[in-house]
Amino acid sequence: MRTSLFITCYNDTLFPETGRAVVRLLERLGVEVEFRPGQTCCGQMHANTGFRGEAFSQAKRLVRLYADAEAVVIPSSSCVAMIRDQYSGLFEELGNDALRKEFASLLPRVYELSEFLIDKLGVEDVGAYFPHRVTYHASCHGLRALHLGERPFRLLNKVRGLDFVPLANLDRCCGFGGTFSVKNGEVSSAMLTVKLEDVLVTGAEFCTALDNSCLMHLGGAMHRQYAGMKTIHMAQILASTEDQPAEVLG
Amino acid sequence: MSAASEHEVIDHPILDPALAPPFPVAALPLLRNSQLRKNVAHAIDVIQAKRARLVAEKRDWQTLRAAAAAIKEHVLENLGVYLEQFEARCTAAGGTVHWARDAADARRIILELLRKEKADEVIKIKTMTSAEIQLNPYLESNGVRAYETDLAEIILQLGGGEPSHIVVPALHVNRSQVREIFARRMGIENLSDEPKALTAAARNYLRQKFLSVPTAISGANFLIAETGSVAIVESEGNGRMCLTLPRTMITLAGIEKVLPRFADLEVMLQLLARSATGERMNPYTSLWTGVTPGDGPQRFHIVLLDNGRSSILARKTERQTLRCIRCAACINTCPVYRQTGGHAYGSVYPGPIGAILTPQLEQMRHAQSLPYASSLCGACYEVCPVKINIPEVLLELRARVTDDERHQVSRFFDPIYLGLRVANVIFSRAWLFYAAQRMGRIGLRFFTQKDGWIHSLPSVGAKWTQTRDLRGLPRQTFHGWWADRQRRMK
Repeated sequence: MRTSLFITCYNDTLFPETGRAVVRLLERLGVEVEFRPGQTCCGQMHANTGFRGEAFSQAKRLVRLYADAEAVVIPSSSCVAMIRDQYSGLFEELGNDALRKEFASLLPRVYELSEFLIDKLGVEDVGAYFPHRVTYHASCHGLRALHLGERPFRLLNKVRGLDFVPLANLDRCCGFGGTFSVKNGEVSSAMLTVKLEDVLVTGAEFCTALDNSCLMHLGGAMHRQYAGMKTIHMAQILASTEDQPAEVLG
Repeated sequence: MSAASEHEVIDHPILDPALAPPFPVAALPLLRNSQLRKNVAHAIDVIQAKRARLVAEKRDWQTLRAAAAAIKEHVLENLGVYLEQFEARCTAAGGTVHWARDAADARRIILELLRKEKADEVIKIKTMTSAEIQLNPYLESNGVRAYETDLAEIILQLGGGEPSHIVVPALHVNRSQVREIFARRMGIENLSDEPKALTAAARNYLRQKFLSVPTAISGANFLIAETGSVAIVESEGNGRMCLTLPRTMITLAGIEKVLPRFADLEVMLQLLARSATGERMNPYTSLWTGVTPGDGPQRFHIVLLDNGRSSILARKTERQTLRCIRCAACINTCPVYRQTGGHAYGSVYPGPIGAILTPQLEQMRHAQSLPYASSLCGACYEVCPVKINIPEVLLELRARVTDDERHQVSRFFDPIYLGLRVANVIFSRAWLFYAAQRMGRIGLRFFTQKDGWIHSLPSVGAKWTQTRDLRGLPRQTFHGWWADRQRRMK
């Protein structure tokens, strides 16, 4: 099994430890990982802010880059949702038949990380060890766009040493929403405060998710408030073992 | 949005999209209003819990949603046919149909009808469409007093408030505030804040109006093309009173309210009550067809309102907006609305549906901030009983706003426009992306504290750091690490 890793622009820049964890995890599971250096962004930020032409050119770039990939793994649910929910509309409006065909053939090979592990590899127990109290935030895109459902819970459930605490109001948005967090910074902050109350009351050491964008939001507030809790992408938990504990930056 | 108008205080909410401040500005005083936020969150949590329970008991909920969406989509594809059919049937049954191109047209028609009735008072069943056309202030300035008869509308009318929700307009007011308004405006001493006492006070106040005012104005939940009937659902019975006691009934309805067949109500009523109030069936469902001699109003007029609706009809993605049956499920589930309440939306239609409907009714001339008043979490689409993909429409409208604004000189140096234009160039080549990362790391070093975190950023970044820190850029990117690893492995 050979898979291509689309790390995403913000993980590459801000959360390289998540990418390193994905590589370590997949290689441990016997997957050959390749990384195509031409990659930049999926176009989500532009599409969600109304810059459709720009989003189109990034989408086209991504489809061309991975056209011959056996599988593409993306450790970011919102970027996968961008590809699944918005690319076809963009290509319908601005693309040509060749591009639409190329995309249609690529789409079934695009996986969010937990989908890849459970649906493609068929593993739940990835051999991880993470002796900490953890709560899970279901990002809106993972929940409603990708319908990840039980997948993340099944994966966490099999991590040795992990003490899982469920999060109340799991389906409530953390208020990030990309440029929403600055265009509507105050409303976004109010949503964050409400979400953070639910997260902190779990008494967990870590809040995990399958999307670093929500975690950047939650983690930014935790750090500001000296909340005594950290965020960690689930890939880092799943990559963690006795010999090589998770890399936690910041 | 422009540099924080944190200190700008809006004394009275403005629900006219042409005059209202942009959403982020209008939201500020509401976010600071602890009483309002508590009232809104509490009311919504109650409705949400009831809705969730009743939706869960319907095994065919998804089938019902699909059926409702299909019915509405079929209507929108054949709107002209069904409206003409409705007009013919309603006229044959003794009603009079009027067509209003816009709000001004509708107001004028209604005032003329009231003048013919020599009415200087009118009783009203809650109708958001009349709020959309700003009917009450217009009637008032033309010498006609409009008395609202819905409990929430009475609270707002007597208290001088504005609706913040389409089903529960006074959702932001709690009962001790209601007690204060009633005691003051009805002159009742020692009024308790028990719901029973408050509704009794309202009933006394209303009974007199029902018996003395011979002209009523209503909205409509559904129009039935097949029979020419009008349907109204309500919870309090005030609608039933208005529909039976007066001599003359004037109904105002958006053109999208029409359904082909009487049988379609079977689908719609099951969805509407559960979605709107968390009830299996709403307490009062009134249906009438034109005029029935000796029974109910003997003169019936219906004003069919376009007011921007036909322009929405013409657009492929946006057209689904017109499926809306005004249940407010999207509003109740929206995490943005939960924080701000309805007044931030600067329109009588708040929440996710307002964020897509208002700018379109305004032909994109006003309310351009509303499509951005969403984190795109998708909760609205999940609950919508007619399956309006609200996030999809929001994105379409954002694209239209951007296409319109991006050529404006004033937007050229707007940090978000500038940033996204630059980002697009950066993302077009990997080497440019890498160079930007390096420059970003150098630039941000100045703002990064010893602990590796950024606590304060200038310009648009300040909107982030006002409440959140940002981790400083790590020394090595992922692609840098990967390249090193490949080199080592060789």
